[in-house]
Amino acid sequence: MHPFILERPTSLAAALAFRAQAGRNDAPAEYIAGGTDMIQLLQEDVRRPDRLVSLAGLLDRRIDVGPQGLRLGAAATMAEVAAHADVVRQYPLIAGALLDSASPQVRNQATMGGNLLQRTRCPYFRDVGYAACNKRNPGSGCSAIGGENRWNAVLGTSEACIAAHPSDLAVALVALDAVVIVRGASGERALPLDDLYRLPAEAPHIETVLQPGEVIAAITVPAGASGLRSHYVKVRDRASFEFAVVAAAVALRMDGARIGEARVALGGVGTKPWRVRQVETALAGSPLEPAVLRAAAARAAEGARGHGHNDFKIELMQRAIVRGIETAGEHA
Amino acid sequence: MTAPYMGKPISRVDGRLKVTGTANYAAEQDPPRLAFGAIVRSTIASGRIATIDTAAAAGASGVVTVLTHRNAPRYAGPPHKAMVDPERGEKLRVLQDDRITHQGQPVALVIANTLEEATHAATLVRVTYSAAPAITDIAHARAVLPTQQKTDQGERQSPVQQRGNPQGALAAAEVKVDHQYVIPRENNNPIELHATVAAWEGDRLTLWDKSQWVDNVALEMAAIFGVPPESVRVVSPFVGGAFGSALRTWAHVPLAAMGARVTRRPVKVMLSRREMYYGTGYRPHTTQRVALGASADGRLSAILHEDEQETSTYEEYTEAVLDATRFLHSCPNVYTRHRIKRLNVHTPTWMRGPGEASGVFALECAMDELAVALQLDPVELRLRNEPERDEYRKLPFSSRSTRECYRVATERFGWGRRNPEPRSMRDGRWLIGWGMATATYPSNWAPAAARARLLPDGSAEVSSAASDMGPGTWTSMTQVAAETLGLPMERVRFTLGDSRLPNTPPHGGSMTMASVGSAVQAACRKVRADALARGSEGNDLVAAMRRIGQPVEATVNATPGADAQKYSKHAFGGVFVEVAVDPDLGETRVRRVVGAYGVGRVMNPKLSRSQCIGGMIGGIGMALMEHAVVDPRNGRIPNANLAEYPVPVHADSPPVMDVIFVDEHDPHVNPLGVKGLGEIAIVGIASAVVNAVYHATGKRIRELPVTPDKLL
Repeated sequence: MHPFILERPTSLAAALAFRAQAGRNDAPAEYIAGGTDMIQLLQEDVRRPDRLVSLAGLLDRRIDVGPQGLRLGAAATMAEVAAHADVVRQYPLIAGALLDSASPQVRNQATMGGNLLQRTRCPYFRDVGYAACNKRNPGSGCSAIGGENRWNAVLGTSEACIAAHPSDLAVALVALDAVVIVRGASGERALPLDDLYRLPAEAPHIETVLQPGEVIAAITVPAGASGLRSHYVKVRDRASFEFAVVAAAVALRMDGARIGEARVALGGVGTKPWRVRQVETALAGSPLEPAVLRAAAARAAEGARGHGHNDFKIELMQRAIVRGIETAGEHA
Repeated sequence: MTAPYMGKPISRVDGRLKVTGTANYAAEQDPPRLAFGAIVRSTIASGRIATIDTAAAAGASGVVTVLTHRNAPRYAGPPHKAMVDPERGEKLRVLQDDRITHQGQPVALVIANTLEEATHAATLVRVTYSAAPAITDIAHARAVLPTQQKTDQGERQSPVQQRGNPQGALAAAEVKVDHQYVIPRENNNPIELHATVAAWEGDRLTLWDKSQWVDNVALEMAAIFGVPPESVRVVSPFVGGAFGSALRTWAHVPLAAMGARVTRRPVKVMLSRREMYYGTGYRPHTTQRVALGASADGRLSAILHEDEQETSTYEEYTEAVLDATRFLHSCPNVYTRHRIKRLNVHTPTWMRGPGEASGVFALECAMDELAVALQLDPVELRLRNEPERDEYRKLPFSSRSTRECYRVATERFGWGRRNPEPRSMRDGRWLIGWGMATATYPSNWAPAAARARLLPDGSAEVSSAASDMGPGTWTSMTQVAAETLGLPMERVRFTLGDSRLPNTPPHGGSMTMASVGSAVQAACRKVRADALARGSEGNDLVAAMRRIGQPVEATVNATPGADAQKYSKHAFGGVFVEVAVDPDLGETRVRRVVGAYGVGRVMNPKLSRSQCIGGMIGGIGMALMEHAVVDPRNGRIPNANLAEYPVPVHADSPPVMDVIFVDEHDPHVNPLGVKGLGEIAIVGIASAVVNAVYHATGKRIRELPVTPDKLL
């Protein structure tokens, strides 16, 4: 582990003032909240910050559910949000995605903001024994392309990177049109969570549009996402405590026996949480019939590209969408 | 006499220590002036170190010294070789020269005042290599016959074995199946990471080590450092799991001792989880072909079983993959051929059920395929081919309870309600499948010694160098000692895990109860007889000891007798599994496992059941999850962690795990009549799962693990 100074500022302003390059992935300073991912990255020498700036106590952990929608303080833990009665009742997709994530111990420690900004599980990113990783060492190449890439993405990839985004929470939130409130030295700005993440393109080491010295302060979900019939489908190799092989977040507003409105996002398959609006369009007005659902889900494969070991994800993600719709539709 | 203890479900005598965190493991030893070692490992698979720049590391905060092949002490003596080491080849001699044979090979040891300083400085060592072509792609590596092969029971045998005319019989068979089965590399993943603390006082070395065989560690360190074996003491009272990984003495052990010798300070070396995938062994990748021929009424006429197994370039590791095939089922024509692939990897090692776990997997999957081809119930197929004796060794079985195992397990499982048609059983959306397999593992017994010491107050101290990696040696030996001495258990203190104690064989191969137990029993018998003779108090041992007024001690070396050669000695079992498979998403969950075992006398049903359900869960991991991915481009293991290398969590453990021990009295295996249990507990489980998945889905998966992608 690279030696670092742990800064424990007493105000958010002070924390932001440490900005230096903090928030950017190639920075000499990094923020730490729950630390469930950061500690691993430090131990494995993947991240080598000179300063680790603690956000402990500087961001709120309130969970508010009201007529305006849902607001989650960035410091709320996964466990707190998953157990919140109003979240469970009105935004079960979020609670479900959280409970399908990690383990109880990790959920007690990990925060909302940290969850959204956790780094990829691409094993080549996490093993410094591989020299080539464009995310870790810009310009060094990609070991996953041509390597063992069952873990990697089939959507949003580039010649530089095929790393999958690991968060379940982010998939559910993107499906529900969540917005992140970003705090920086010059104040607050709001942006759709979907726009927070950048595609890898030529610069996979820059994963978000956060500017140096910006932090996620809160997440909001519009009230329109409340009360939808929803289901989070997570396919994985064991029953618990594992990142998704493929995941699908589905939320429906039924119009009689037909789907009035559908929200569908995918996890485990994209370089960012992957909203599939073309599937949603195809589903609008459709009955809950297998052949119809199957045809709509097939549109998720548009633009998908396998890299060998992960080719199966293109089929599996369509099945996960169908399962999600069927299950959500059953929940009258 | 006190109540009998052997055969009773007694709780662990060390349980309180473990649950209160007061059982100290190797890494928890902190002798004064302790320094910490961090290993720098190679990032190529083959070649030579070109340059190694340690200046930055040596200058970093807290660093005491940096050892490389340029300045490390030379190994003193000729290499030590033990029964746990591969018969052929020479083990890794770390920091002795510039040659690299595999990824993750130690190239430097950084010693610093703190763990953090050591691990940081290790990242500052700059190594450049002259890479040589490496063989890291197992799919394209050449398979060759090994030089020779030794079975678990120590028999030397040719890698090619044949009886009858297997090829001709297969060609003539009315029904045949002929398929290839693949088991990927699986890594030993005990919760306790490997760790060693080494401290020298002059020429005397003390090691606190995670070890399944302290005597062997002591001998190896004595050879490496050129000191008398009695100058080395290895202490390992508690082992937090190992599954075989702590049988051998891996490179980090001499490194810790080397560091301690150079710095004249105690040195602790702890491996990270990632390092566990490069430095402590694994179940080797196997590719197996099994061809079975049978008559239309289900009598086996031919078995051909060939396997190819990975090993390193410097050692010829082999395990008894094909041994069970030669006697498990009756068949006049049997051909087995064992081959190896020499790769630029580190040497594989024993992992729970070594040999049998792999070989029986392929054989028992093939038997299921044959049952399907014959339209015969898989249990019935096995009953029709039940041998009367070991047809390979041409010896009677000391005991064999397969029929009884099938009978009680099928009854408990409800096997009679099974609809043989694939995809015929459902639970809502889930497809339900029932599968079974036969299990076997040799009943090993090796010479072992124990000491029993009676004290005037009527208590006893019994000791042996043995190990307890989890099965409950502390407890079971106390049971044997107390019952043999005729003393209450709380008056008997058993000690293990110290090379100063009487010698024992490795704590592996399911031989601890047989070997150490027999020695403990013999030592206790002798000391009791001696004390009673001297005490002249009839059969009252406590009164005798009071009268003698000083300790009475006996050390006995128990050695297998000639009787041992007259029988084929194996444990057998039948395992039955219910799976649920999601037909759309490909997820498989194991719902029930019923295992019936004939393992001779069961010393402690409570601990034995724990051992068996551990094996069942391990088998589920083998079937559904475990896969140490070896990058064919360079030999690295990208998923060298516990996130991308899944093992079962609680949610994967079936709600029902029934363990049944059938009554079996075996007077031939050893004086205690125990057959060993730790290894057989995992054997057969993976095949039963795969067979159940076939029954559920109609899909035959022949390459482990059965992940969702294979069932789409």
